[in-house]
Amino acid sequence: MKKHKFTIAVSGLNAIDSPGPGVAVIRGLREADSFDVRIIGFSYESLEPGIYMHDVVDKTYQIPYPTAGTDALLARLAYIHDIEKLDVIIPNFDAELYSFMKLEDTLKAMGINMFLPTIQQFEERHKVNLPEFGKKYDINVPFSKSIFSTSEIYSLNNEFVFPMVIKGKYYDASIAYNLEQAKSYFNKISAKWGLPIVVQQFVHGTEYNVTGLGDGKGNTIAAVPMRKQYITDKGKAWGGISIDDKRMIALTEKFVSQTKWRGGFELELMKGQDNEFYLLEINPRMPAWIYLAVGCGQNIPEALVNLAMGEEVAPYTDYVKGRMFIRYAWDMIVDIDEFHEISTKGEL
Amino acid sequence: MKINKNIAISDSGFVFNPVNGESFSVNPIGAEIIDMMKTEKSYEEIHKTLISKYNADEATIEKDYFDFVGLLKQHNLIDNNEEA
Repeated sequence: MKKHKFTIAVSGLNAIDSPGPGVAVIRGLREADSFDVRIIGFSYESLEPGIYMHDVVDKTYQIPYPTAGTDALLARLAYIHDIEKLDVIIPNFDAELYSFMKLEDTLKAMGINMFLPTIQQFEERHKVNLPEFGKKYDINVPFSKSIFSTSEIYSLNNEFVFPMVIKGKYYDASIAYNLEQAKSYFNKISAKWGLPIVVQQFVHGTEYNVTGLGDGKGNTIAAVPMRKQYITDKGKAWGGISIDDKRMIALTEKFVSQTKWRGGFELELMKGQDNEFYLLEINPRMPAWIYLAVGCGQNIPEALVNLAMGEEVAPYTDYVKGRMFIRYAWDMIVDIDEFHEISTKGEL
Repeated sequence: MKINKNIAISDSGFVFNPVNGESFSVNPIGAEIIDMMKTEKSYEEIHKTLISKYNADEATIEKDYFDFVGLLKQHNLIDNNEEA
């Protein structure tokens, strides 16, 4: 039977020390059994490597930064859609998700499908709101507080013991062992990601992640837990292994059923010395290591596209345990003309 | 005393705990002991096998065996509720 060919736009083509999930998502899509794809890359900067990976991305368009507003984004998407006839968009950056969620109905009317969390889900799970989230859904979360100025750091002594984690609104986190470090990380991270800064009690333990997919009705369509084996100084997994931890699966199913989560997600967990899992963060999108889930038999990007297209998707019930991913960097040789093209015309 | 059921051990002595993703290397005698524990052999049976195969006195074998079991417990490879 001939497979349907979808045109799918994917962002997150960057691969710096905090790599975007785009290329990993595309690898999953290209390996999908249920459809063929033409991949449109969405980029923000001219040096995102995915732009130049022509066997991964068929054509790339630059799109405006979220700060330009949804009108500018919509105008650009309308232009791209006119040429490419997009079936699905998969945004992969936390910082851009809000704009796409705002535009979901408008894009749907244009024939472009997405499968994103609702704005309520997106806000509720935000690291700023994590303590309330934990209370509401009865999930262990470390104590945390949002602060707006360095002067507030001095009063934290009453509520926190060092070390504490200083976290940016969207990305970045550093462990502070004293007030001076806390202040310095506050300034550094707030300059990059704005306010508030989230101060979270540091939990000693081992880091685990789960990536999964919720159908928006409370069903867990996919869930693959992973233990980080090799961690960069940014805290990113550069190697990991799929594991068979029933408690993590139960926690994931609880999260999905209670929030009726819609879309891909990643739960960042810490197993403390008391052997309990603490939820450190909920990322409202697929993680950069999503291809491990594909490699373990759960093609989450494929399932997400089918859900976006309104198909019924049966939940995955199993995955390969003990399968690893090891990330590597690869220097591509790129002609200056290609750089010139994307830099000046915003298309390649 | 039971070793956790899911533990995988290769012929070369590579031990993988799929519950938490930890892996270890054990020497051939360690691998042999884990294999015997996986088939739910009792301490007495394991002890008897080791005495008959290796040229060491009973006290040494007993001490080394319990040291090894202690390590397995420490690394969550044995159900900690089980008595050695």
